[in-house]
Amino acid sequence: MGSSGERLFEGADWDFQTLQRIHDACEEVARKELGLDVYPNQIEVITAEQMLDAYSSVGMPLFYKHWSFGKQFAFQEASYRKGLMGLAYEIVINSSPCISYLMEENTATMQTLVIAHAAFGHNHFFKNNYLFKQWTDADGILDYLEFAKGYIAACEDRHGRETVERTLDAAHALMSHGVDRYPGKKTLDLRAEEKRAGERRQHEEAVFNDLWRTVPNTKAKTKAALSAERRRALLGLPQENILYFLEKTAPRLAPWQRELIRIVRHIAQYFYPQGQTKVMNEGTATYVHYRIMSRLHQQGRITDGNFLEFLQSHTNVVFQPEFDDRRYSGFNPYALGFAMMQDIERIVKNPEDEDRDWFPDIAGKGDVEGVLREIWSNYRDESFINQFLSPALIRRFRMFHLHDDPAESQGIKVDAIHDERGYRRVRRELARQYDVGFVDANIEVMDVDLDGDRRLMLRHTTVKGAQLNETDTRRVLQHLATCGPTTLH
Amino acid sequence: MVMHIVDRRLNPGSKSLENRQRFLRRAKALVQGAVKKSSQDRDIKDVLEGGEVTIPLDGMDEPRFRREGGTRDMVLPGNKKFVEGDWLQRPNQSGGKGSGAGEGDSEDAFRFVLSREEFVDLFLDDLELPDLAKRKLAETESEGIQRAGYATSGSPANISISRTVSRALARRVALRRPRKDEIEVLEAELAECEDDTRRRELLAQLEALKAKAKRIPFIDPIDIRYRRFETVPKPVAQAVMFCLMDVSGSMSEHMKDLAKRFYMLLYVFLKRRYKHVEIVFIRHTDRAEEVDEDTFFHGPASGGTLVSSALVAMNDIVRTRFRPSDWNIYAAQASDGDNMTSDSGLTGHLLTDKILPVCQFFAYLEVGEAANYTFDMPDSSLWTLYERLRNDGAPLSMRKVSERGEIFPVFQDLFKRRTTSQERV
Repeated sequence: MGSSGERLFEGADWDFQTLQRIHDACEEVARKELGLDVYPNQIEVITAEQMLDAYSSVGMPLFYKHWSFGKQFAFQEASYRKGLMGLAYEIVINSSPCISYLMEENTATMQTLVIAHAAFGHNHFFKNNYLFKQWTDADGILDYLEFAKGYIAACEDRHGRETVERTLDAAHALMSHGVDRYPGKKTLDLRAEEKRAGERRQHEEAVFNDLWRTVPNTKAKTKAALSAERRRALLGLPQENILYFLEKTAPRLAPWQRELIRIVRHIAQYFYPQGQTKVMNEGTATYVHYRIMSRLHQQGRITDGNFLEFLQSHTNVVFQPEFDDRRYSGFNPYALGFAMMQDIERIVKNPEDEDRDWFPDIAGKGDVEGVLREIWSNYRDESFINQFLSPALIRRFRMFHLHDDPAESQGIKVDAIHDERGYRRVRRELARQYDVGFVDANIEVMDVDLDGDRRLMLRHTTVKGAQLNETDTRRVLQHLATCGPTTLH
Repeated sequence: MVMHIVDRRLNPGSKSLENRQRFLRRAKALVQGAVKKSSQDRDIKDVLEGGEVTIPLDGMDEPRFRREGGTRDMVLPGNKKFVEGDWLQRPNQSGGKGSGAGEGDSEDAFRFVLSREEFVDLFLDDLELPDLAKRKLAETESEGIQRAGYATSGSPANISISRTVSRALARRVALRRPRKDEIEVLEAELAECEDDTRRRELLAQLEALKAKAKRIPFIDPIDIRYRRFETVPKPVAQAVMFCLMDVSGSMSEHMKDLAKRFYMLLYVFLKRRYKHVEIVFIRHTDRAEEVDEDTFFHGPASGGTLVSSALVAMNDIVRTRFRPSDWNIYAAQASDGDNMTSDSGLTGHLLTDKILPVCQFFAYLEVGEAANYTFDMPDSSLWTLYERLRNDGAPLSMRKVSERGEIFPVFQDLFKRRTTSQERV
């Protein structure tokens, strides 16, 4: 490394020049050594209070108004004031430029950590991971939120806050069922949709010929069956994106209500990749900040004392309590992600025989950064764990798999542990915990009767015998009912 | 690559305020119930502090399709002794189905912190100043004066000189009144002039100018403008609250505590209505004296009981310091109900003739022991007296209280928002 050992800062204080120096130093390591490709950075310094504000609007700098965010805020404020919850050091937004919020209370070391973590780690992940590329529009999101906020405020002025709130409540209840899960479907804007409908009508008029009526029906299909089939095909059923379905076909919705549903749907889609890449995203960012901080220390640009301060925070972040620990609340995505990234580094650099058997593609390949970049781009949590969780790591975490069948009176079964027979099963089950297909309820719109009693038929495909929670489901369906159909099945 | 640093610290904070208000509005009924409940077992001083409330989540929930039951698989870290094929006891059969359900439960009750303002607002939301016979007085507004443009008539003291002079100037310019220096120039020329014809010309010119200047006055009566004033009603924005308390030996600490709670509430309530609230503490045995708060509640005193002494003291203070036209006067009296029988006549007379006419509101709070027999005991002498006065039409509010928990209901009862139409009259 060519850079001299000039200190970036002394002590804990920082100013904007310091931030700029820190950023430039981090950028040098990130680009030259790790080969990261990031959106331009925008660093915003905020107060603790503003951080709390940001929490309640899902971290976005601007968001439409809704009581549920107020509820969230009240809840978080309460636990913050009681000291149950610390604030995050940063929030980073998947946008271009990539906005990172830094708290003013952080020391210079912490700001370095946060810049390395968010402005380079997360930023690279946002820009390169296939899910984010596919489903989010980093350039447009802030403008879109601005539009959404203005549009919803205008609707409230025109149609009353209550009405708007009711529509948003309904849409929020179905938010987790408002995302497209499979790429390839072209999302049309409403205007194009309208135009196409007009063209279709014209075409029908042009080719109309009364003679067709006299041609006898060859197939003995009943009229009802035929129309049902056609109707379903026309409506694109079965459809798992319930919000999309409502937006396009619910008969009683006013245009502005459709637009509200559309907004909620777009935002749900924007956050869809984040839920699927928690381990990877945090793992990437943590790995990146660890590499950058270590290099800065090595270059003498941060002091030993700063480095120890960093290590302490870092250790806290990647701490994984064991299952019988009071602090245990599932796998810590930072811990698991970081451990896996480091493990991959080990496999690429110094593989053991076992690793060569398990990971012939990457073992001993030598180019750590290249391999990692490739992984960061092309996997989500589920596939990442399924492919790259190594036996060594399973042993280190001493993972085991429990199988709980309510019908089994003997109790919960230990199905697999960290041994030769168990590795694959543990890995598969852990991967499944991160698979949205298993985590979210699978609900599809099956059919709808638009002419008759406006019945909407939904189907829940059960996985492993899990039923829907009855009270909650009834409430959701009640919300759904406000969006149009009169009966639900 | 360019990096931007934006300092957001100076941006207006509390971006979530609007959302928070929406939430509170939506949960109003629930929060209000919680506020009342939580205020019952708290110290009155703390009513001012806001604080944590817990509300049930009914109606505030955000339902989602949620799955439960079925077989569950989980991978956990930190295995110590399990081997494949072990069977573990289910933690607690009755305790429901593990963490999924547990999470739901913890959200059933939702707790959060209300700020002081929010708390007081919600607490006093359905309360209003009482509508009494002296409603007119409650609306008493002192008259203030305020400038209101100019008038063509008025008192000489109110002449607006600048306006008058500027109008005169405008008129003089419009009518081409010769200026002084014009005349002076001509006069100077005249003095030096030798030529007779020229002198005559100049003289004629001078005459004409002077005549014109005479015809057009420097200030004409039509120029004069007076400053105009209007009287506007000004609401009385200050209130005084009289706390009267019997501190004779028969008043126990418990009774004083009840009284104190009531006073505090009244204070909070008035504070919200008026910009400026003063409190006067008058304690009495058979003599009355004005004291500070601490002495009022904690100072030792002993003696007989003469309620009239306190009323006399209050009347004096009102006369000397709080003109009823400038002050809204509230009074709350707390006593265990004892009074010398011989004092009744004087007390009644003072109250109806002196005190009540100037008061916006007069409340009598009869405090009793915690384990009381209110219902079995005959009414106290003071209660009997006041009840008689009230029946005769005196605007008195009176309640009996013997438990801490009763203070809030009683207070709310006293100030409940009435929906009758007479309030508007």
